[in-house]
Amino acid sequence: MKYLYFPGCSLKGTGRAYEESFLAVFKALGLEVRELEDWNCCGATAYMSVDETKSYALAGRNLAIAERSSDLDVIAPCSACYLVLNKTQKGLKENPELRRKVVNALKAAGLDYKGKVRVRHPLDVLINDVGVEKLAKFITKPLKGMKFAPYYGCQVVRPYSTFDDQYNPVTMDKLIEAVGAECVSWPLKTRCCGGSLTGTLPEVGLRLAYILIKEAKKRGAGAIVTLCPLCQFNLDGYQDKIASKYERVDIPTLYFTQILGLAMGLPESELGIKRGIISAEAVLAGR
Amino acid sequence: MSENKPKQENLPRVGFYICHCGSNIASMIDVAEVQKYASGLPGVAVSRDYKYMCSDPGQEMIAKDIREHKLERLVVAACSPNLHEETFRKAAARGGLNPFYFQMVNIREHAAWVHEDKKSATEKAKDLARAAIARVRFHQALDKKRVPVDPNVLVVGGGIAGIHAALTLANAGKKVTLIEREATIGGHMAMFDKTFPTLDCAACILTPKMSAVKAHPNITLLTYSEVNKVEGYVGNYKVTVKRKPRYVKEDLCVGCMECIDACVFKEAKFPDKFNQGLGKRKPVYIDFPQATPKVVLLDPETCIELKTGKCKKSCAAACDRKAFDFNQKEEIKELQVGAIVLATGFKAFDAKRSPQYGYGRYPGVYTALEIERLVNASGPTSGEIVLRDGKHPKAVGIIHCVGSRDAKTNKWCSRVCCMYSLKLAHLIKEHSGAEVYNFYIDMRAPGKAYEEFYDKLLGEGVHFIRGRVDEVTDWAMTPDEEGKLVLRVEDTLAGFVRRIPVDMVVLSTGLEPQADAQEVRRRFNIGCGSEGFFQERHPKLAPVNTFTDGIYIAGACQAPRDIPDTVAQAGAAAAEALALIDAGFVELEPNTSHVVEEECCGCKSCVPLCPYSAITFDEVKKKAVINEVLCKGCGVCAAACPSGSIRQNLFEDDEIFSEIQGILK
Amino acid sequence: MPLEQKVKYESECDREFAQWVVGQIGGENLRHCIQCGICSAACPLSLYMDYTPRRIINLAREGFKKEVLSSFTIWLCSSCYACRVECPKEIHITDIMYLLKRRAIEEGVYPRSFPIPVLAREFGRMIFMFGRVNETLLVTDLFLRTNWFKFLGMIGLGLNLMRTGRMSFLPDTIKRRGELRKVLDALDAEEKKEKKEALS
Repeated sequence: MKYLYFPGCSLKGTGRAYEESFLAVFKALGLEVRELEDWNCCGATAYMSVDETKSYALAGRNLAIAERSSDLDVIAPCSACYLVLNKTQKGLKENPELRRKVVNALKAAGLDYKGKVRVRHPLDVLINDVGVEKLAKFITKPLKGMKFAPYYGCQVVRPYSTFDDQYNPVTMDKLIEAVGAECVSWPLKTRCCGGSLTGTLPEVGLRLAYILIKEAKKRGAGAIVTLCPLCQFNLDGYQDKIASKYERVDIPTLYFTQILGLAMGLPESELGIKRGIISAEAVLAGR
Repeated sequence: MSENKPKQENLPRVGFYICHCGSNIASMIDVAEVQKYASGLPGVAVSRDYKYMCSDPGQEMIAKDIREHKLERLVVAACSPNLHEETFRKAAARGGLNPFYFQMVNIREHAAWVHEDKKSATEKAKDLARAAIARVRFHQALDKKRVPVDPNVLVVGGGIAGIHAALTLANAGKKVTLIEREATIGGHMAMFDKTFPTLDCAACILTPKMSAVKAHPNITLLTYSEVNKVEGYVGNYKVTVKRKPRYVKEDLCVGCMECIDACVFKEAKFPDKFNQGLGKRKPVYIDFPQATPKVVLLDPETCIELKTGKCKKSCAAACDRKAFDFNQKEEIKELQVGAIVLATGFKAFDAKRSPQYGYGRYPGVYTALEIERLVNASGPTSGEIVLRDGKHPKAVGIIHCVGSRDAKTNKWCSRVCCMYSLKLAHLIKEHSGAEVYNFYIDMRAPGKAYEEFYDKLLGEGVHFIRGRVDEVTDWAMTPDEEGKLVLRVEDTLAGFVRRIPVDMVVLSTGLEPQADAQEVRRRFNIGCGSEGFFQERHPKLAPVNTFTDGIYIAGACQAPRDIPDTVAQAGAAAAEALALIDAGFVELEPNTSHVVEEECCGCKSCVPLCPYSAITFDEVKKKAVINEVLCKGCGVCAAACPSGSIRQNLFEDDEIFSEIQGILK
Repeated sequence: MPLEQKVKYESECDREFAQWVVGQIGGENLRHCIQCGICSAACPLSLYMDYTPRRIINLAREGFKKEVLSSFTIWLCSSCYACRVECPKEIHITDIMYLLKRRAIEEGVYPRSFPIPVLAREFGRMIFMFGRVNETLLVTDLFLRTNWFKFLGMIGLGLNLMRTGRMSFLPDTIKRRGELRKVLDALDAEEKKEKKEALS
């Protein structure tokens, strides 16, 4: 199975560990992944606040480039990229005037947009394409005794519920159980982590991140498992600031690709485990 | 082909009348010119214009002319046949002419009202008049058929609507069969504790009616039964009923319930459907003490004897009436009735479809029907408000509009939820002393004494917070919230976002059509709206009739409805059925189709096309047969018939072709 | 005690603004709002907002343009889409927040050093220049423009990121920057053309 891979700016920057673990896991599973040629930033939430049409065109360029490799699905691990690319496809399909402007602008640069590419999430590919049964064959070092709180965040489940339930998604829960760990049940699975507000308006953003790490720890989770680089950054990177404003919580945040990689016996160095600001060593030592 | 192809000399004498319709027609069409033009057409013996043809003098003029000028055909050029075709047919009949020798021409909606130029409007009116005059020559004399009406009535559904309709009809002297799917009549109302706005005890007002049904000599009560098939037409329905086996003989059981005590299951262990799963029952059970008929039944899914045949049957041993019959089989009955009243009721919205409210996930979340059983003195907790874990709630949140007014679930307002939420708030507060919060969007209190009931609740200290709750969660932000269910809501009137911790959440679920409403309505051949409720003939002017003559609807199966309106509607449906029966016969419009047997080639193309299932195939003669009573004259079969052997009255080939030729001249 | 006059006269309502919102992508169902407040209940930021999302919808459809565009609300929205998913009338509230942000930026209605619109603008500039965004450079740029003190407070985080190898100082760029520029320029030209036609 072959896939195109859209990293997005975060996975090359603060979300490096996500890229590392994602590529390592997919390689070990025998899934071929090729980075999208000359991809540009998807625009995330920021660009849409400036110019709507340009925002669609920005994402459209990526989709047009992807279409050149006919029929391959594009995997976008970052939640914001995932949402923007899906939203762009939908928006261009449903709004003829917008489509006209964007398609013409792309044509002016020699890009052809047809809207045929499928944009997937790596979690979707692992649980639905590969399947839990097949994954089980690769799991040599199950993470027994570990308790993880699955955290989906917002943009993968809302507004489009493409591969999971919007209110109570379970794909990552299934993955956590598949790697042999215990999945903590908690009501804040899809509550916003604050997004970019932790940086721009800390008095607001920090509270949202604090609520999540506090509740996860209270429910007995050893670590939070997430699928979005910005969520990981918010939950992982601001715990000092949260400690000075509220209280010290100290709970590591890992990517689902990292825990899967560990269960598959891949070395920590390939999975970027040491990139967590809050160290996961103590938690993982128990396995 | 028609036999009376008129020759020039033999043209029937036509009377032509053009109406001014005040200025509606006359302001755009030169009526005098059309009248003059028509008078010159072949066969036209009389040509007149008049200001208001539909008026008494106008109609009198027609009747008089028919007698004096020996008219054989009649054409009136005026408004739409929808309005006055019947009027002029009757006028023709009064003059002694067969009413179907009449053709109406619409020169108002088809000419005067759609033109801005007088000349073209008048020309079109002339064309239409000429066409009608050409057509009407080919009309045949027809009769309205009369079909006798069977005076017996079937009422489907034993809730308050069905009960009231059955009693009304039975009191009028008609023989009524009341069918109910459950083992007892009473419907949803039997589950309620008190009813709004009077806070009457539901059982106290309902059970006398239930007893009356059982005791009435004119009512045959068939419970634990369903309608399997409906055949026939208005006044003459043949209904096949399937009676499910209770494994107890209904005429022998007196409802002493000794068998239930004697059952080999010492403890009740199976979820009790009547108590919404909050209570338990044994395999031998009765829904509630006042069930009508007061007869126990066995559940084949859980009764050991019925499943394995290896039980000591202590229930049967305890029965001194020898009423048990473990070999009882399903029974099929056939009924002949003239009218049917459908009162099959509603289904409560399944709260699991709104997962953010946590029903099924958090044990402290209940639906309104569950609370009705909880507060009921004859319910699983004898009226005590106690949670599934045995604790008593100190704070209760009631969330309005669950499943209603929402594009994601049901778009409509379920009409009764605001009122029953107020009622439950009152009962919960009275029984438990807890703090009660009602979360609403709009407070809908449209009935008699409803607003006053709301006012009463306001005075009782119930908290009314205007805001739709987003989710029920057990995530606590403050120590007070630990171990509670927290409701996050915007108090839109106060202007704050609030977090309210409660112990118990009540979801005011909306009303929707029964799960099998589509199947049922197809069985009875009636329509339904886009939401699935049964379709009334006209929302304002015919709310209990359907588009199928002889079948009436009443109660929540038509739309969400409270008890007062349901009873009123049930009475209305009974009245409509009585009007049909007491007339004694049904007159049918003759614009029906029939098959010319010699010409039918037996291809059966017409049979599946009929939307009213009026065409059957005679396997012996190998010919199609049209039931003229079921036929509504839509014309599909006549159009489709490849051999042209289907004719439709008033739309024969020569009638249509002559009209076309008349226009084209 | 200074008393504020809170009455609103009909002449203050900008009906054209309301109509404009309805005409944008995402604003279609604006008028169907029943003011149930579930959006505000779902919104994790509503407790900080001067006008809750529900109030913004009401103000927007009545035409209270000034209140809407100068509110904190639109900038506090984190695009979590919780409101849109709950709305019983299928109003695309998040998209409405975006279009209000765009209008506010266009009309210059926000405090100059308010970080969020600055972030949006700088984000756009970086994309125009490089095609991709380097988070470190973006954040540095943002704080230098808005709040030096806050920047100093971020040094701890910066050191942590360096320690874990998650920081890079060089901007990542796409190869065919010219291609991207052509796309963006084509859109600019289209917009200019539209404005000209609208005036004539």
